[in-house]
Amino acid sequence: MEGDIVQMGAYIGAGLACMGMGGSAIGVGNVAGNFLSGALRNPAAAAGQTAMLFIGIAFAEALGIFSFLVALLLMFAV
Amino acid sequence: MATEAQGEEGGLVLHPMDQFKVEPLFGGDTVAWYTITNVTLWMALAVVAVAALLVLGSSRRAIVPTRMQSVGELAYGFVYKMLEDITGKEGVKYFPYVMTLFMFVVMANFLGLLPMAFTTTSHIAVTAVLALGVFLGVTVLGFVLHGAKFLGLFWITEAPLILRPVLALIELISYFVRPVSHSIRLAGNMMAGHAVIKVFAGFAAIAAVSPLSVVAVTAMYGLEVLVSFIQAYVFTILTCVYLRDALHPSH
Repeated sequence: MEGDIVQMGAYIGAGLACMGMGGSAIGVGNVAGNFLSGALRNPAAAAGQTAMLFIGIAFAEALGIFSFLVALLLMFAV
Repeated sequence: MATEAQGEEGGLVLHPMDQFKVEPLFGGDTVAWYTITNVTLWMALAVVAVAALLVLGSSRRAIVPTRMQSVGELAYGFVYKMLEDITGKEGVKYFPYVMTLFMFVVMANFLGLLPMAFTTTSHIAVTAVLALGVFLGVTVLGFVLHGAKFLGLFWITEAPLILRPVLALIELISYFVRPVSHSIRLAGNMMAGHAVIKVFAGFAAIAAVSPLSVVAVTAMYGLEVLVSFIQAYVFTILTCVYLRDALHPSH
């Protein structure tokens, strides 16, 4: 293997960056789970809050997408 | 970014990033700003599809709607309700812009799901233009409507005085990150989903796991249909949220 150490570091970094996606997965699950538990307590109010659910999920998910982007940049652009 | 994918590594028959290559349609290999590429083609197709759906759908105006008319009416009512719920009556004026954004993004996402199609929304260049349009439009609108009072968005009067500069800094940063996250969310989701499908499709070349691979591709495809719609919905709803901030800056 004649690959240089920079390339190795980039690949290891890409793998490490993927761990951020796990954190974002926890966040999205937290949002959806809390919404569901609230919705089951008061189903009448749930329909009006689905927009908030999606906004919350989008914000939590954006950070996971950022780490995915970092991984992609390390794999293909650096 | 995705166009820089390198195809050197072996193993996979088709590289998962190859589908995002921008190529000129009519020969040649240099891409200038006027070159007609596959991105141009699929964006034009998305516009044509939206126009066909809405124009043909609303041309008959039957009491008992046809299928196309019901889809058009559903889309209209969906976006209208979303905008009105979030921004209130004042935001309804900006309905055409929001509707245009939603229809274009949802149609580009769905067209990208066709086999051999090109997903235009998977390129940050495309989504960044959409997000920057929203960002600049909303900022200009805020200053036109409220003048210097628009800066009250960053100076939160409910907070204690000592905290306000810190909060202003945080609000300022989060305001300027908006177009970045707004565009990367859409592009990242679309690119990730399509790359995963291609990775599973690459496994189909190995005979032992090919049935599993077909099942996995089918399942991922179903998920992608859902994601395509949800991401268009999220893109639009965040546009509405930013619009609300411009219309009512004092929280």
